Amino acid sequence: MGQNDGMAGAVERLITLDVNGQQRRVDVLKNETLAMTLRYKLGLTGTKLGCDRAECGACTVLVDDVPRYACSVLTHSVRGKKIQSIEGLAAPDGTLHPVQQAVVEGQGFQCAFCMPGFVMATVGFLKTNPAPTRAQLAHGISGNLCRCADYNKILDCMMVAADKSRGA
Amino acid sequence: MAEQQKPVAPAIPVAPTKPAPGEAPKKLEFRLLGHNYTTPDLVAKVTGKAKYAEDFRAEGMVFIKLMPSPRPHARVISIDASAALAMPGVHGILTAKDLPAPPPPPGPVPAAAAAARPAGTPPGTPAGSPAPQAAAPGGGGAPAAPAPAAGAAPPVAAPTPPPMPPEFALTDEPVYEGEPILAIAADSEELAAEAIDRIVVEFEALPFVIDPLEGMRPGSPDGRTQGNVFVGPSMKTVKWTAADMAMVDAGKFPVNAEATETLTYGDIEKGFAEADLIVERDSQQQTTSHQPLESRSAMAYWQNGKCHINVSTQSLARTVAAVAGWVGIKPEELVLISEYTGGGFGSKIPGSQSIAIPALMSKKLNGRPVMMRISRAEETYIGRVRPGYQGWVKMGFKKDGRITAVDTFIVEASGPYRRQGDHATSANLATLQFQAPNMRFRGLSVATNTPPGTSQRAPGGLQSSVWFEPVVAEAARKLGIDQVAIRRLNAPEGTAQFGLNPPNTPPGRPRNKVTSCFVKECLDKGAEIFGWEARKANSGKRTGSKVRGIGVATGAYTAGSIGVDGLCVLRPDGKLEIHQGIGNLGTHSVVDTARVIAEIANVPWENCEVVWGNTAKGLPWSSIQAGSQTTYAHTRANYATGMDLKKKLTEIAAKDFGGTPEQYDTNAQGVIRKGGGLRLTWAKAAERAIALGGIYDGTEVPKELNAMTKAAAAAHKGRGLMGVARDNLPRDGQTYGFMSGFAEVEVDVETGVWRILEYVGVADVGTVIHPNSLGGQIHGGGIQGIGHVRSQKLVYDPHYGAGLSTRLHHNKPPTILDIPHTLKWAAVELPDPTNPIGAKGIGEPSVGAAAGAVLNALADAIGDGIIRRTPVQPEHIMEALANGGKPAYEPLTAFI
Repeated sequence: MGQNDGMAGAVERLITLDVNGQQRRVDVLKNETLAMTLRYKLGLTGTKLGCDRAECGACTVLVDDVPRYACSVLTHSVRGKKIQSIEGLAAPDGTLHPVQQAVVEGQGFQCAFCMPGFVMATVGFLKTNPAPTRAQLAHGISGNLCRCADYNKILDCMMVAADKSRGA
Repeated sequence: MAEQQKPVAPAIPVAPTKPAPGEAPKKLEFRLLGHNYTTPDLVAKVTGKAKYAEDFRAEGMVFIKLMPSPRPHARVISIDASAALAMPGVHGILTAKDLPAPPPPPGPVPAAAAAARPAGTPPGTPAGSPAPQAAAPGGGGAPAAPAPAAGAAPPVAAPTPPPMPPEFALTDEPVYEGEPILAIAADSEELAAEAIDRIVVEFEALPFVIDPLEGMRPGSPDGRTQGNVFVGPSMKTVKWTAADMAMVDAGKFPVNAEATETLTYGDIEKGFAEADLIVERDSQQQTTSHQPLESRSAMAYWQNGKCHINVSTQSLARTVAAVAGWVGIKPEELVLISEYTGGGFGSKIPGSQSIAIPALMSKKLNGRPVMMRISRAEETYIGRVRPGYQGWVKMGFKKDGRITAVDTFIVEASGPYRRQGDHATSANLATLQFQAPNMRFRGLSVATNTPPGTSQRAPGGLQSSVWFEPVVAEAARKLGIDQVAIRRLNAPEGTAQFGLNPPNTPPGRPRNKVTSCFVKECLDKGAEIFGWEARKANSGKRTGSKVRGIGVATGAYTAGSIGVDGLCVLRPDGKLEIHQGIGNLGTHSVVDTARVIAEIANVPWENCEVVWGNTAKGLPWSSIQAGSQTTYAHTRANYATGMDLKKKLTEIAAKDFGGTPEQYDTNAQGVIRKGGGLRLTWAKAAERAIALGGIYDGTEVPKELNAMTKAAAAAHKGRGLMGVARDNLPRDGQTYGFMSGFAEVEVDVETGVWRILEYVGVADVGTVIHPNSLGGQIHGGGIQGIGHVRSQKLVYDPHYGAGLSTRLHHNKPPTILDIPHTLKWAAVELPDPTNPIGAKGIGEPSVGAAAGAVLNALADAIGDGIIRRTPVQPEHIMEALANGGKPAYEPLTAFI
């Protein structure tokens, strides 16, 4: 992507990012968003672009454990921070995170284009409130849109995930 | 996939069964169907490995940017792209002149699809729309008009203007703001966008129409150069009188104005004369954008003479012919890959025209891969809308609540390209939902220079509930009748008849009828779960500034087609491959209906692999994933396929071990001798099929199969034991699904803000094949209906014809905070007698039931005189309450 940054010394382009526990060297334009870097430079297409304008939450990733819209975060601003995308959530042996496992067991979501964002938002939210009420959880993940509107089943799965996360 | 294999085979009916007269239908029990399980695509989805169209990459891939029309209607005079094409890294341009002509050729369209097309649409029109039984007055003379279904109208011979040309991916005459004029390919999207900025296009501005009623004003411009009103596949100019428009200006719908479409049943004058109570009102509902979360991005390349495209489509097998037509190649020259689709809701039934852009650009660039990302703003323009209504409705009731007559006039905002017919569908549904004994529908389908209309989940069905249900609710209140009781009284039952006819239809023509209908059971079960009787105490209850209301409504929609195929291959490794040509659009039907083959043949689910998502893999001919057809169509087709597989298994056993096929059966291990032990393992049976050849390994297939299935069978012959069949099962009638919805709301009368406290939906979908998925459909559809009532809309500047709501923040689909934190659902689980499994579709009746229930609950809280428009926004409630309970400002204005 990119021809339009030729200004010498403007910003260092070749940077190191901490993505899913790995150090990744990547050539990043100064105006590049984290979503574009993940999707088009690092091949991590689980981070979805639904609106590219911080409205739908499909691109939600964790930056130092905090849910952020990757479409609206400049990649240069997350150097030195811990970035976690949906691809980095399961254990290396493939064991699913409790939130993922709850979705699988409850047949959560329909088209699932919003799913990676919802899952990351929930993982981030549960770090701050491990024992939410259903209403608190709904509020905590209300920055994410599901156009299939599977909200009821999403909440069912995520409440199970909260219970299992605490028990584990 | 983990599923306990029960040793006892279920009692599967060998053919569609009808309960004996007087015998109540009973729930059917199965080994796999009706039980929750995890679809095999879910782990890929939840780990980010699932690839949607924009997730594919290819070596040397370049990017496309589109130039959107800045005007709502214009003609391109000249294009100067020289500066853009001179930029390093810019590879090519595609304009309307590069698109193949003639327009898309028709694909093979079986009878079921013809019935599902919007009335008046030629068979070649790819955007299949599931308008149920909507006859096309005036369009009947078109050469390609679909054969009328039983009870539909005979063609009316009348001279009509030539059919309108179809919509193309790029245009020299943009008819709405944002319509793509040209495309540029470059090394990066940013560079392509920069190149677009350097292109000079000279436009001649043409007149345009935003609000359909403004298009009816004498002397006003037409939305198209050919006219302002769609009549069948053509257009003409129709203007109302100055007196009609004076009424519109006074905020009153002119009920005696000219209509181009009329449909009737019975005698409305007699019906209204018999009425003890007549309720009438003007009404309006808005145009809404589909807004699937995945925009219609596509990536294409050419390899070995074939065009490969990664697309986002609802219906894979049924997208091939449409896309091949748009690209200008033969279907066999096209490979479509769509493993996952991020929603469509009707806007991607056979994909969309824009798919041709990267394919044709790639062809220009000698096959180089081309990615076309569609932004959210672009999606809002090219991604289709549900047509809005402006009009009037009048209903007559007896004292006991029985409906005697319905009269309605609906002006539909069709967008610029073709008649939608949602309005006629709504009217037809009223004759089903409310069993109106006398009805008249008059309508106009007006061209507007706004995004093109198409089917949106329950097209005409959502609008039917929003249009008629509040009138029934008002009548019940005026008559002092319970809201559930009035709906039970007017509900269809059994094989209820329905349908409207064009004027001058000879009397005595048979009407349509449904294959099954359990609305009363839905109402009873919903009332019980919701606690209707107890909650009546909440009706109108005021606490501080907050007032509560309760409401009930029904929804109805088509729920199944016939005549499609199934294909499976039992391999020598003992695995059963189940091929599905249907799309993976999120409903889970691509897997849910595959389970029927495993169920019938007793194959353990763990032994099954479902194959979908790539036309190169050999797919059977399928229904479109629209009109809630899939579950019904493919449980039937896969039932036939499972029976074929089982028949061949027992025949092979009889050949090898003696006796007749009837002396053999299957269990979890393979083929058994009845009363004896295992004779053939699954793996051994597959080996024997290959050795036998002929019908057993797919070398010979039934002649009746659809062509795509024959090609798939030829590709898979010799790989194992093939089960393959066409759904030839009988069906008498049209299959419809039904819902009841119950809601309680709370309105703050000081601020106009309202919220939903409770929602219960109960479905008549026949046999439930996957409970978790059904719950998702009932509530997902329900919440989309709630979005229609609560927040979704498109806003246009009438002076410039410019869209002001291109972002999700503006067009407001419902969020998780717009609904109660817990929703309830149930199904009555009574089988449809025309499906051996008993299943019907559910995707669409859920939408109208919820929308109607919430609207009725709002009126219960704040009165019947206030709500005349959706979405119901706080300012409407505030203004109306301040204004003595009269409807809010500009009651008939659209796109505000």
